[in-house]
Amino acid sequence: MNIFVCIKQVPATSKVEVDEQTGVLKRAGVKSKMNPYDLYALETALRLKEETGGKVTVGTMGPPQAQSVIREAYMMGADEGYVFSDRRLGGADVLATSYTLSQAIRTIGDFDLILCGKQTTDGDTAQVGPSIAEHMGIPHAAWVSRLTPRGKGILAEQQLQDVIETVLLPFPCLITVEQDIYTPRLPSMKKRRETKDKAITVFGLEAFLDQNPDNYGLAGSPTQVERIFPPSSDIQQETLDSGDLAKQLHDKLKEWKFL
Amino acid sequence: MAQLVVIQRKCTGCGVCVSACPFGAIDLKDTAEINAACRMCGLCERSCPEKAIMRLETKAKSVDKEAWRDILVFCEMTEEGLHPVGPELIGKARELAPSAGYQVDALLLGHRCDKAAEALRHYGVRNIYVYDDEALGFFRAEMYAACAEDIIRKKKPSVVLVGATALGRSLAPRLSTRFRTGLTADCTELQLKENSDLVQIRPAFGGNIMAQIVTPHTRPQFATVRYKVMDAPVRQKEAAGEVHRMPLPQKAVSEVRFHEKRSIPKAVNISDADILVVGGRGLKKESDLELIKELAGLLGGEYAVSRPLVEKGWDTNARQIGLSGRTVKPKLIITCGVSGAIQFTACMEGAERIVAINADRNAPIFRVAHVGIVGDLYDILPRLIEHIKREKSQYAGV
Repeated sequence: MNIFVCIKQVPATSKVEVDEQTGVLKRAGVKSKMNPYDLYALETALRLKEETGGKVTVGTMGPPQAQSVIREAYMMGADEGYVFSDRRLGGADVLATSYTLSQAIRTIGDFDLILCGKQTTDGDTAQVGPSIAEHMGIPHAAWVSRLTPRGKGILAEQQLQDVIETVLLPFPCLITVEQDIYTPRLPSMKKRRETKDKAITVFGLEAFLDQNPDNYGLAGSPTQVERIFPPSSDIQQETLDSGDLAKQLHDKLKEWKFL
Repeated sequence: MAQLVVIQRKCTGCGVCVSACPFGAIDLKDTAEINAACRMCGLCERSCPEKAIMRLETKAKSVDKEAWRDILVFCEMTEEGLHPVGPELIGKARELAPSAGYQVDALLLGHRCDKAAEALRHYGVRNIYVYDDEALGFFRAEMYAACAEDIIRKKKPSVVLVGATALGRSLAPRLSTRFRTGLTADCTELQLKENSDLVQIRPAFGGNIMAQIVTPHTRPQFATVRYKVMDAPVRQKEAAGEVHRMPLPQKAVSEVRFHEKRSIPKAVNISDADILVVGGRGLKKESDLELIKELAGLLGGEYAVSRPLVEKGWDTNARQIGLSGRTVKPKLIITCGVSGAIQFTACMEGAERIVAINADRNAPIFRVAHVGIVGDLYDILPRLIEHIKREKSQYAGV
C-alpha cells in the first residue's frame, strides 16, 4: 500500500499569554514539535505498511525549519519525506492550505491512501483533511478509529453522534484518524542513526502543476482575520484564598442549593 | 487581497514587530522579514515605531453579493431523530437575519426524516428542504455534499451554518471547498454586517486569543458552531414553514459502500450533565481521578477531564471538555487543577456557575471563574468530600 501522511509542525506549548493592555501575545522562544494528532496518523500508516507492505511518505507545508518534523517521522520509520516551502504559500487558510497539499501530493505521485491526524493543536479546525479529499476528487472518512484493508479498498469505522458506521472506501481515498486507533511508537535511536543523513526533499510552487500564485497562500484564502483580541472577562467574580477553603466551598454549594 | 510588507530602508531591525507578532511570522535578519506564517492581523504594522511596515491592498475579485441571499441551516439526523444543534443554529440565524434583510431556511438530509421535518416547522424557518433517501441512510460525505450543493446552487444562500458535530465537521469542509469559499470552524459568536459579511469569532492560535474572521469576497460563507454554544430556541406552538421534498440530484453518486452500523453503548454525554467536576493537569497521577469521580458522584453529576489527561491516556475523548472534545453548559462546573487554556474555557464558559480550584493564582481559568479558589486541590477536595459525606450521613435514616 502506497501511503502519504500529512504532518504539521506546531508550537510545543499551548501556554501562550496575552498582554491585556495591548492584546499582544507574550512569546518567549516558542519551541516546535510535530502536531500530536499526526503521530496517530503516522503510526497507522506504519502499521498498515507492516501488515501489507508498501511505502510510507510524509509531507509538511511550512518554513524550511519544518524539516525537523520530517526527521522525527524518519525516526519512527517513514520511508520518504517532503517539505513544501515557499513564501507565496504563507498566510493560507483552510482552502489554500488544503489546495497546496493536494497539489504537492499530486506532484509527488499516486497514493492509495492519504492519512491525516484528526486536527492540529494550533489551528484546531479539523477541516484540512476533508478539504484535501475534495480538491483531489477522492472519497474520505473522518474521525476513524479503526482501519482494515479489504481488497482494493479499506474498511473505516467512523465515529458519529450516536453510532459507529463502518464503510468500505475504494482506493484512492483519504482518512483522518482518531487518537484511539493505535498508540504511536517512540522514535528509535537506531533509526535516528540510520536516517541521520537521509535526504528530505524541499520544493515550492515551481514544482506544482498549478503554478498560479493567486491560488495559494494569503491570495488564495477566502477568509481574512479582521482582528484578534483577548477574550472578555466581565463577570461577577469572587476569589477565595485564605481560611478553610473546603468549608467555604461547601457553604457555597449549599447556598446555591447543589447540596 | 492584502499583503504586509517591510520597507527595508526604514526598518532599523529593532525587533518590536517580532515580539508583537502572535504567529511567529517575522524573522529578524538585518531587517525584519515577514515569512509564510503571516495571517495579516496587522499587529506588526501598529507596533512598528519606525512605521516601516505597510499594508498593501490590491483589489480582489469579489462575487456579486446581492446574488446570494438568506441563511441556510444544515440540520443533522441522528438515530434518535433531529440533532438539537440544528434548532440552536436556526435560533441564531433568525437573530442574525434581519440586519441584512434575510430569511432563514433549513436543509435536512437523511432517511426517514418525516418527523424531523415536521419538528422543524415549529422553529420559525421559511422553507425546509428535505432530501430523504435510503442512499442517505448512512453518512458518506460525498453524497451529503452533493445534496447540499444541489440546494445551494438552486437557492444561493449567503450564509450556510452547520453544527460542528462529527458529521458536520466532515461534511462542511468538503462543501466549502467545492464552492472555493471560506469556512470557519467552531465559531463561538456570529454577527451579520449590513453588507451581508458574516463576522465569525472563534478562539485561535492555541492561546488565550480570539480571532474575528470574515469571508469578504466569496459566497456562500460557511461556518460551523458547536452544540450548546448558541441558546436553544423556543419551540413555537404553531407550525409554519413549508416542507419541500427534493429529489436526489444526479451527482449524488459514491463508490463508498455501507458495511455495518452499530450503536455506541449509551455513553455518558458530558454535554447533557447539569453538574460537572473536571480534573486537569494539576492531578499528579491517574488514580487521583478517583477524587474527581467521587465528588462528581456525591453532587449527582458527571466527571470530565481537560486535554492533557486525554493525551496522557488517563481518560477518553468522550469525557474531554475543549475544542478537541465537547462543549458543555451545565448549571455547575467545578474545575480542579485545570489551567484554563482558551480551547478549554471557550467550551465551558456558558456554565451558570463556575468554580475553579487551582494552586496558581495567575492561571487563566480564574478569568472565567465566578468563584476562584486559590489552593491545593489535594488539600481541598478530600476535606470537601468529607464535609459532604458527614452531612449526608446526618440525614441518613431520618
